[in-house]
Amino acid sequence: MTLTREALARAYRQMKTIREFEERLHLEIQTGEIPGFTHLYAGQEAVAVGVCATLGDRDYIVSTHRGHGHCIAKGCDVAGMMKEIYGRRDGLCKGKGGSMHIADVTKGMLGANAIVGGGPPIAVGAAIACKLRGDGTVSVAFGGDGSCNQGTVFEALNLAVVLQVPTIFVFENNGYSEHTGVDYAVGSKDIAGRARAFGMPAERCDGSDFHAVHAAMQRALEHARGGRGPAAIEAVTTRFYGHFEGDPQLYRARDEVRRQRESMDCLKRFRDSAAAHGLSASELDALDAAVLADIDAAVAGAKASPPPAEAELTTDVYSSY
Amino acid sequence: MAQKSMRDAINDALHLEMARDPRVIVLGEDVSGGAGGSSGEREASGGIFGVTKGLLPKFGAGRVIDTPISESAIIGAAAGAALAGLRPVAELMFADFVGVSLDQIFNQMAKFRYMFGGKTGCPAVVRLAMGAGMNMGAQHSQTIYPLLASVPGLKVVIPSNAYDAKGLMLSALRDDDPVMFFEHKALYPRKGEVPDGDYTVPFGEAALVREGEHVTVVALARMVVFAEKAIDALAKDGISCDLIDPRTVSPLDADTILESVENTGRLVVVDESPPRCSLAADIAAIVASRGFRSLRAPIEIVTAPHTPVPFARELERAYVPSPQRIEQAIRKVMQE
Ligand SMILES: Cc1ncc(C[n+]2csc(CCOP(=O)(O)OP(=O)(O)O)c2C)c(N)n1
Ligand SMILES: [Mg+2]
Repeated sequence: MTLTREALARAYRQMKTIREFEERLHLEIQTGEIPGFTHLYAGQEAVAVGVCATLGDRDYIVSTHRGHGHCIAKGCDVAGMMKEIYGRRDGLCKGKGGSMHIADVTKGMLGANAIVGGGPPIAVGAAIACKLRGDGTVSVAFGGDGSCNQGTVFEALNLAVVLQVPTIFVFENNGYSEHTGVDYAVGSKDIAGRARAFGMPAERCDGSDFHAVHAAMQRALEHARGGRGPAAIEAVTTRFYGHFEGDPQLYRARDEVRRQRESMDCLKRFRDSAAAHGLSASELDALDAAVLADIDAAVAGAKASPPPAEAELTTDVYSSY
Repeated sequence: MAQKSMRDAINDALHLEMARDPRVIVLGEDVSGGAGGSSGEREASGGIFGVTKGLLPKFGAGRVIDTPISESAIIGAAAGAALAGLRPVAELMFADFVGVSLDQIFNQMAKFRYMFGGKTGCPAVVRLAMGAGMNMGAQHSQTIYPLLASVPGLKVVIPSNAYDAKGLMLSALRDDDPVMFFEHKALYPRKGEVPDGDYTVPFGEAALVREGEHVTVVALARMVVFAEKAIDALAKDGISCDLIDPRTVSPLDADTILESVENTGRLVVVDESPPRCSLAADIAAIVASRGFRSLRAPIEIVTAPHTPVPFARELERAYVPSPQRIEQAIRKVMQE
């Protein structure tokens, strides 16, 4: 299925929103106003958006510690996310969750997750619900290259095959888990192959090319919606910043990020082929300006938002008690 | 004597024991870091908290082992290596990740000695960084030591300062049982006097941090620091306290606590964990049953609320027991 001009413009705008959200956070974190530690998604935008552009609100995703991009791509409110990251009362999770726990179930966004490998089993459960509903919806489990070494992920892959549920496992291979390279930590050096060995189709794609991710996702969806069980995608990508903000990145060659910003920038690559899809540079420039205004407003809104009231400490633990 | 941070004090202990005992190995995620990286820098990390720095250059990748993100396998491998004669130190990074690896801890290493009729032990150390105060959210801030202290077969160590941390780590490395070694993240940079050489702090011996006559205060890890603040603030009103730091909660030096309560007749227990089934509840129960006749006032416990750890600064500050709350609790038991 080829995307309409409108859908492509929406995808570009989302990728740009994620990029500017993260670039802005990178600066704002240095002011000390943002609590905790933050993992930026900049560099990986084409994966989140390429995948989520195929989904609706009734499809589910589970995310990771590096979740801002997944949230934005799945339609979470950007201003509410920013407030959450600042730990404010009106944040998407009332300031109780923070960067690593943003969720919006109304958008099918079942949560960022600070436990590596915590998400995939949850995605399988969501897919059981999709299958029972029989409405063609699916779940997507986002995870990093490092997550594929976690036992919970193995169990989720196998369970999805056994139950023949519609889960798409998306492994974002950005080359590193924290300060360790993927070629060291993934014994077989082949994440897609690992998923395939569990009995599902799996393909590797260029994670800095929106169109490649989108096409891979279409194939995976066709398989899963056809009632043939799960599928997997390994998207090869990179992160433009450290593992978390403040990471000195001693494990990375000095000019690696600079080179990757040249060759693996999904926004540049999208622009390079935009004309062929009927989108002009000036249209994209206008989207850029709109995105910057959105991000400015989100940051200003977060800074102006009040902190949670102390009484909120003990609410929301149970439904009743 | 050198002033050292708790981080460096634990690092010191690991260096000393790895040099002394070739059976000691270290394994975990990014304990060295840099494997498979594009810079070629082989010690790119030295542990996310910097506690295992310098071990890889000194002892090599055979004994300082970077692992994939596989906590069950990390802990299980430590258990197996211990059965096969090594003395492994497994770094779990955040204590919260115990959730991923719990079977290997509480069904496996904890029970070998007993299930195998005392014929073998499991001399492994598991290092767990714990605690709130850094806005790391619900899955990176817990003090889950009560969970492990409830498991027969595990020893549970909770240092509150650099000196004890080094001496307790050396004891842990030489102990023949599995030791859960909890390191409070907020204490890592705190400095104290730490001798350079070899010394041990024994398990099951509480430290009397302050001596006083009116109230017995028992506190763990960072709460010892907060309790000291509270006790200092009360001195101007003529209230003085025994401050007891158990240092290990399994085994627990109940005698020192009971003896102190015999003198003071009043007990306040401070614990960063939620109150139900906490160390505070446990110690209060021990004193209520074995020291009932010494008590002149109901026991007060100062704990976190029965909630997950919140993210927002204001909420997390309200979550962690504060020096002010400890002070109030001490004043309250003084009213009786
Ligand atoms: C169970 C668990 N173990 C370890 C960690 C610490 N940790 C957080 S992110 C991370 C690396 C994850 O790597 P990857 O899956 O490749 O995701 P990326 O950070 O590259 O997006 C680690 C080890 C964690 N949060 N949870
Ligand atoms: Mg990665």
